[in-house]
Amino acid sequence: MWKAWLCAVFMLLTCGARAAPPAFAVVSPDTALAFPRDFGAHPDYRTEWWYATGWLDTPDGKPLGFQVTFFRAATEHDRANPSEFAPGQLIIAHAALSDPADGRLLHDQKAARAGFGLAYAKTGDTDVRLERWHFRRGADGAYQARVEGAEFTLDLVLTPTQPLMLQGERGFSRKGARPEQASHYYSEPHLKVTGSVSRRGKPATVTGSAWLDHEWSSTILDKDAQGWDWTGVNLDDGAALMAFRIRGKDGRTLYAHAALRDPAGSVTHYPQEQIAFTPVRLWRSPRTNASYPVQMDIRTGDTNWTLTPLQDDQELDSRTSTGSVYWEGAVTVSRNGQTAGRGYLELTGYLKALKF
Amino acid sequence: MNGLLARWLLAGEWRIHPVRTAVAMGAIALGVALGFAIHLINAAAFNEFTAAVKSVSGLSDLQVRGPQATLDEALFPRLVEYRGVALASPVLELDAALPGRQGTLKILGIDAFRAGAIAPDLLGVPAQDRGYDMLMDDAIFLSPAAMEWLKVGAGDKLTLQVSTGAGDVTLRVAGGLVRARPGQRIAVMDIAAAQWRFNRLGRLSRIELKLEAGIDRVAFRAQLRQAFGDALVVTETEDQEARSNNMSRAYRVNLNVLALVALFTGAFLVFSTQALSVIRRRQQFALLRVMGATRSQLLAQVLVEGALLGVAGSLLGLLLGYGMAAAALRAFGGDLGGGYFPGVQPSVQFQPVAALVFFLAGAGISVLGSASPAWEAARARPAPALKAGSEDVALSRLARPWPALLCLALGALLTQLPPVGGLPIFGYVAVALLLIGGIALMPRCAAWLFGATSRLGRGAVGTLALARLANAPNQASIALGGVLSSFALMVAMAIMVSSFRISVDDWLRHLLPADLYLRSAAAGDAGALGPNEQRRIEAVPGVLRADFQRVTQLTLDAAQPSVALIARPIDAADPGRMLPLTGDTVDATQLPAGARPIWVSEAMVDLYGYQRGATVMLPLAAGSTAGRQLFVVAGVWRDYARQSGAIQMRLADYQALSGDTGVNDAALWLKPGSTPAQVSAGLRALPFGASLELSEPGDIRALSLRIFDRSFAVTYLLEAVAIIIGLFGIAATFSAQTMARAREFGMLRHIGVTRRQVLAMLATEGGLLTAAGIAVGFLLGWCISLILVFIVNPQSFHWTMQLHMPWGTLAAVAAALLVSAALTALLAGRQAVSGDAVRAVREDW
Repeated sequence: MWKAWLCAVFMLLTCGARAAPPAFAVVSPDTALAFPRDFGAHPDYRTEWWYATGWLDTPDGKPLGFQVTFFRAATEHDRANPSEFAPGQLIIAHAALSDPADGRLLHDQKAARAGFGLAYAKTGDTDVRLERWHFRRGADGAYQARVEGAEFTLDLVLTPTQPLMLQGERGFSRKGARPEQASHYYSEPHLKVTGSVSRRGKPATVTGSAWLDHEWSSTILDKDAQGWDWTGVNLDDGAALMAFRIRGKDGRTLYAHAALRDPAGSVTHYPQEQIAFTPVRLWRSPRTNASYPVQMDIRTGDTNWTLTPLQDDQELDSRTSTGSVYWEGAVTVSRNGQTAGRGYLELTGYLKALKF
Repeated sequence: MNGLLARWLLAGEWRIHPVRTAVAMGAIALGVALGFAIHLINAAAFNEFTAAVKSVSGLSDLQVRGPQATLDEALFPRLVEYRGVALASPVLELDAALPGRQGTLKILGIDAFRAGAIAPDLLGVPAQDRGYDMLMDDAIFLSPAAMEWLKVGAGDKLTLQVSTGAGDVTLRVAGGLVRARPGQRIAVMDIAAAQWRFNRLGRLSRIELKLEAGIDRVAFRAQLRQAFGDALVVTETEDQEARSNNMSRAYRVNLNVLALVALFTGAFLVFSTQALSVIRRRQQFALLRVMGATRSQLLAQVLVEGALLGVAGSLLGLLLGYGMAAAALRAFGGDLGGGYFPGVQPSVQFQPVAALVFFLAGAGISVLGSASPAWEAARARPAPALKAGSEDVALSRLARPWPALLCLALGALLTQLPPVGGLPIFGYVAVALLLIGGIALMPRCAAWLFGATSRLGRGAVGTLALARLANAPNQASIALGGVLSSFALMVAMAIMVSSFRISVDDWLRHLLPADLYLRSAAAGDAGALGPNEQRRIEAVPGVLRADFQRVTQLTLDAAQPSVALIARPIDAADPGRMLPLTGDTVDATQLPAGARPIWVSEAMVDLYGYQRGATVMLPLAAGSTAGRQLFVVAGVWRDYARQSGAIQMRLADYQALSGDTGVNDAALWLKPGSTPAQVSAGLRALPFGASLELSEPGDIRALSLRIFDRSFAVTYLLEAVAIIIGLFGIAATFSAQTMARAREFGMLRHIGVTRRQVLAMLATEGGLLTAAGIAVGFLLGWCISLILVFIVNPQSFHWTMQLHMPWGTLAAVAAALLVSAALTALLAGRQAVSGDAVRAVREDW
């Protein structure tokens, strides 16, 4: 969800850049999601992302965390430009592999303008490509993800085992006090993962469990927002937990929301006042000097969740390329002190000098 | 001979003749300085140019272009997905004109996402809160030098002219290119915006490729050639360096040879200084021999004297050369007026290796110059040498004609050899041999010339002067040699430059037959006038006929600069009416079936072997389809504008084959009664009139000749230096001789010759000697100019010219030389005869 943050900043930056910017679609609670149409891209909205995170088990029994994100951004480049290079839509992709044996996050990213069939986000069903990286949904509903990074290659199939989890009000997810501060948002928890991970040219067969978010919007964040914390957890009993909060520049929570779907499929939504994020342990990055609450307590109603990182250094520092810095890590989760599941935690806006 | 004595001899010699020593040293210094400065300037310009090219191409392994100026963008996705390609970065390069400014701005349209990984220097730096400007369709980023040149800053509007029907394009300066080279004038914008705004949709200039690790470049190039055939020209960054190096090499080498000429003259001065000083010290040396000095000690003494002159002169020259290079770079830029390195601002850097080479050349050549006098000093027999009057005998060994004749014959032979590596090495060697041979033959010539004329001498003064010259030919010849070498070089250069200039002028007249010329203001491939614009130009009142011309680029060989392709209406039955042809043409009716005629410049014959009558395939294709078309070289024409080659073809043929209907230039013939001014006003009033450059043939000629003169400015400078060195030489030689002849004058005074008569005799001698030097120098210079005009120029620049003699200039310089030589002789003589006549004779014991 950090992507939304990125987008929001872009949005602020480009206000007034042109006399007549392209008009973007606005999210509305009255828009009902329809599938498979909404698996595909929504180019009329400013930003969109498909975001898969999960835990993998290698043949030698060691756990790995992975993240594959494809991001679509509409720009304000004049839509009248007939050039095939016209950067009306950008495709950006991030991938990361977390292995405690490495002691840090392996990550890679790519960005390109859509065009020439080399980079695209298709409508109708999930099909996103950035040259040799792609993420697409097959006729059977399973996703194929392929990423060729400099240090690793991911070749994974993500097969659904549960129905979609529409977030917020039937897929309309509010992100702030104002009605337009929202997105269309659904998740697919408990995706069964098969495939292979190659490192240093050596492929290894992996299995595991993943979580997919697909979210699109034109305006999300309040201008006072500093960043956000988000988590998505596949619980061992088949339940799924999603929780996020948006932090203001003063450090206070501007908005928060959480949803817990029990194994039977019934969803509990927690209003803002029943949610609390409490940092337990901070980790300071030696690269960026940013301090992240890598161990976090989250309270939803009367349940206390404790998130413990797979390893501390899961910071994604891409200041030399796309410029963003955030922490995105695999976490184990306990419910009221009892081991309960595995998920991902995202921490954005912790580096003071955010540059885009 | 101990060190003290050696130092004493040296110091004594230099103290008595400080001017002559200084002049010899100065000549060496000047030669070294010129050569070193030219080398430094060129190295600085070339390095800076290469760095600028590198900053644009960045870390790419290969560059892919089309055979023409642009290629179809459909090739781009194919290359992105080609196996072994890690990254492909498309570039659209344009030269845009700016209203009210000379020169064009190079605009690079890039995809920031791709260029960022290959050439990060090209990424613009947008304002703090406007990150998206890098992709905006109205944004452009300028290098600091471009901002300074255009006097704009971030946020300002910039209007660029293209004449593609799009009219003026106004863009917003969104920021700078902080990592551009100092002096590099470039602009960067989004590739999609550039394609759209400048009407180049679907076209790219080149694609920069970065290969995956472990991919062999050579094998990969071969693969691409197989897969894409003629649709692509694949080059490496080093190829580009080689191209710019090739382009300026001949010009650079020619300048260096001129510097060597200065060095040669310097060596000759060292020779004459040393030769005369040895003669004058003949008795001194003989005395030393009698007192026990060995031959080798004397040899070493004279050689060390020469070497010291050379070392001091060379050191001085290096210092001077560095200063000259720094000053010239600041004042004129890196190309010395040659126009080879546009848009860069180099600064001078000391180069130790080059400095050492020029130092050794300067020192070595002056040792060489003293070798013969040193040998003479050492082998003289002490007893006869102690007597007076043996000076001329000492020089008699120099008068043997055979080595000189051998030099001349060898020089003549070398003129027949082809160039080496594109450079007229043998031509230059022939020039040097002619000079050496000519000077060496001088004593014989002088003896013969003055011997033959001595009977014609009238009056005491004339008889004395002629008798002296005829009977001491060796001493006379040393003075003569100085006049001869400088005048011969001057004559050669003057004839060459005048031949070139008049040939260029004739060529321009031939090329500019129309009444008015127009050109779309934006240079390069982008500035095209479409069919609509062409019709509107023809319809302007007063225009009788318009011949449109399309100028574009063809790459035939990746290692060579691209060739200009000029398509215009040419009458195949009578091409000579349009083209300055150099020979016969293939008759239009004798072309093979399916072949179209082309006419090529002389450079094409030399560089690509396009002989008259040859059938060639040219990569001319419509759209993205690759294809070669059959052409026949129907004729060869003279082109002074493009030394890397040009091809002309009929406009109709070009349009049929390429599908390109745009044109850049037009030649307009006016209806009787309408003036160029009226028609110009009509053209200006057209909607795209502001982007048209209009000129009358007279203006074009004047401008071209001005550029010509500017690019020869350095040549004129070197020529002046050669003459000044020559005059110094005359002064030094004469004063040396007259002082050496103090005894002779004393004797003449004793037998009743008046002081006036002695002076008149000296002036006559000087005048006669100079006249002879001028006559022989003219002959020698004329021979050298033939080599320059007919061998050096065609071999270096691939163009021929006709011989034109600048009689006026030559006569003026000859007269000036004659007068100054006579005056110098007189001045030197006044000093010699002012002494006590009695004492002068008594010294002759």
